[in-house]
Formats: sequence, structure tokens, C-alpha cells
Amino acid sequence: MTEEIVIVGGGSGGSILANRLTERLGPSIEDGDVRITLINDGEYQYYKPAYLYVPFGKKTVEEAKRPIADLIDRRVEFRVGRVTELDTDGKVVSLADGDELEYDHLVLATGSNLAPEKVPGLAEGGHHFYSPEGSQALREELADFEEGHLVLSVIGVPHMCPAAPLEFVFMADDWLRKRGLREDVEITYTYPIQRAHGLEEIAEWATPKLEERDINLETFFNVESVDPDDQVLETMEGNEMDYDLLVGIVPHEGSDLVSDAGLGDDGWVAVDNHTLEAEDAEDVYAIGDVADVPTSKAGSVAHYESTTIADRIASRVRGETPTAAYDGKTICFIETGMDEATFVDFDYQNGPTMREPSAPVHWAKLGYNEAYWLTARGLM
Amino acid sequence: MSDTPTPDVEIDSRGAACPGPLMDLIGKVKDADSGTVIELLTSDEGSKNDVPEWLEEAGHELLRIEEEDDYWAIYIETT
Repeated sequence: MTEEIVIVGGGSGGSILANRLTERLGPSIEDGDVRITLINDGEYQYYKPAYLYVPFGKKTVEEAKRPIADLIDRRVEFRVGRVTELDTDGKVVSLADGDELEYDHLVLATGSNLAPEKVPGLAEGGHHFYSPEGSQALREELADFEEGHLVLSVIGVPHMCPAAPLEFVFMADDWLRKRGLREDVEITYTYPIQRAHGLEEIAEWATPKLEERDINLETFFNVESVDPDDQVLETMEGNEMDYDLLVGIVPHEGSDLVSDAGLGDDGWVAVDNHTLEAEDAEDVYAIGDVADVPTSKAGSVAHYESTTIADRIASRVRGETPTAAYDGKTICFIETGMDEATFVDFDYQNGPTMREPSAPVHWAKLGYNEAYWLTARGLM
Repeated sequence: MSDTPTPDVEIDSRGAACPGPLMDLIGKVKDADSGTVIELLTSDEGSKNDVPEWLEEAGHELLRIEEEDDYWAIYIETT
């Protein structure tokens, strides 16, 4: 009987996992003993880190996507379809077209969804750079923005790519200086807790840099609503802030599939931090943004998690005891302007070590943005 | 313990590192009606400082912090 591995979601985690599984289980797949099915609700994979550059005219949304079929091994069955229900007792996945797939191992890699509607007025009054449409619209807005108050407000936490809000204000500062507009634009960065970033080391590193660049920092700032007509932010702490251009990091949520299947709150799958196995179902795993683990929602996390899961599932298929474990490894590049960047790496046990920004790290980030497609193919 | 408030909402953030518990609390307070008693369970010692600091900033009431074996229970009431 064929052992069925079903992966829901064709983003970074899903494609890397599919490719890594074919590496480990190639002969079994060829013999028909194992089948890997990857389901995605569209034909393309989108490389979201590229969207940070779109508002500054440095990338286009079109270059940030590839057909999934070109990224995955030919031995993976790729289906375009929307999964509508998970039955983790019967081990069945239902699709919108009426089909049902039985599984022996199910991996959820459904990512994050943007939920601007959770904050009244945000969709109407704010811009963001977390989707193709959002980053393109922000590009147009920023192109004409020559004076006033630019506010970047981190509204939803957790959110994808936790360094990106800091990157955005550092890049905006540099970009506006180079265009001779900085003196006419006030920049403010707001964060929900008592410091500039969730990770203390990054907050301590960023705070003096914000000050050097004359970027205002507001902490304990939790936006409750946005008044798009008067261009005012209102916070849970009872404060108000006027803006001329709002870049809001919108609330994120997981997948309704997860909540409906009883696998976790707010659509994030409750998993063991190290094995990434769902706490509330057998033979269900989660990788990437949808896995509720105490580290960043970042591509590097999906990458390392998918390697762990590939090892664990391959062991199970071979009848071995799985031993691979995810240690929380995370790597993030952080742009500190238009020409310089740094990077951090950390895990569950060790916080990040901050390094001075440099031009070569910026080039490395730009280089990786292109080389990412090799990672998606499981080659790097 | 007789003085322990009876919570309307419980948030179990044990195992989450800072700032997870505070963010979990802020998220729940956002959706809570005035007068809601929330119990936040946290194993992150930093929460003992972060949470009261935010409550003061946001104007909510800290009712009590109880230390258990390997976690803390923080009770708050929204205003």
C-alpha cells in the first residue's frame, strides 16, 4: 500500500519540504511505495522578502514569483486546489472541488494571512508592504510623498519578518535623504511593547540608530483604530498621533482550517517546539508561519523546520525512530539603509549577536534574494 | 487561595519567551469589555515587570501576581 504524505501550502516551507522528502525517499517514490502530494491554492510561489524593496523602486512585484511546478521535483504530485477541511481523526483532507485525499502524514505549511479588518480604519487609512498589491500601492504613495509625517506603526504582532519594520524606516530615511527630502519629512516608528523590538538585543541595537537618524521612537503604542479622514491613530493607551502617510504592519492570522480542525488558536498550529508535531492530532506537522513556535515568522525558520520534518517523516516511513529536532534556528538580514545591512542569527537558547552593518552584507542580502529560488528547489 | 481573583479569561503563555506573554495579554485586552478579569500564566520572569509597566501605561488594573512552582499567574482587570 502506498504511504501518503500530503503537504498543504506551496510557499517556502512546502516546496523545500517536498524537495527534501524526494531526496530522502526517492527510490520508494519511484517504486510507488510512497507518494508526496503538494497542494496549493494557486500556481505560483511568492518571495515575500522582495516586497520590502518595491516601495523604493528597487524591485517589482512581478520578479518575486515563480511557478511552483518549476520549483519542485517532478516526482512530487502538485495539485492546484483549495483545502477546505481537515479531518485529523479520519486522516482525510477535503478540497473545494469535492475531492478527498487520505494521508498517513500531513504537513501544514499554510503561512500567514493579513487581517487589516481587525483594526477599524486601517485598510482605508494605512499602507503596507506585505503583499504585491500593498507594496505596489505604497510605492505610488511614497513616490509623491515630499513632506509631512511618515509613521510606521507595528500594529499586529506576531507578523512576518520581524526585522522588516525597522528595515523600512532605516531605508526610508536613507532614501529620502538621497532625494533631498528628509528635512521635510518627519519619520516615526512605533512598537507595541516597552522597547523598539521584541528581541531585546535588536531593540538595544536599533534604539541609538533610530536616534542618530532622527527617527522618532514611540513605545507601548498599540493602535486600536485609525481615522482615515482626519489621518489620526488612536491607541489602547489613550494616545493619538497624526500622520500624513501611514505604513501599518497589519495584524496577521493563521488559517481557519487550523482553528476549525481544533489544532490551535487564531489559526496557528500548536506544536512541540522541537518536533513540530501537532499537539492535538497524530501524524500532523506544521512548518513556517503557521507553526506556533517561539521564534520569528521568517523564511529561514520555514527552511530549517522543513529540513527537520523531512528527516522525521523519512524516518517514520522507513520504520525508524525519528531523532531530528528543530532548535529554533533563525537567520534574518536587516537592511540599515539603501546600501548597508547586517544580519542576525539566533535560536531557542541563544539570542542574536549584533554586528556592525556593512555594504557587503547588503550585497549578500540582494544576492540571496535572487539565490532564494535555489533554496526553494532544495538545492541551497 | 481565598484572595485569588476569579478570572473571566485565562491566557496560558507558559513556555513563550518575552515579549510573547505581554503581546498575548495586549491581544486579549484589545477584545475584552471593561471590567473583564484576565489571568495571565507566564513562565517568563520578565513578565513580572513588563506587564505591570504596560498596565500602568494603558490604565488597566493589576490585581495580583502569584508565584507558582515554575510560573507566575498575573491577574488584571480591564478598565
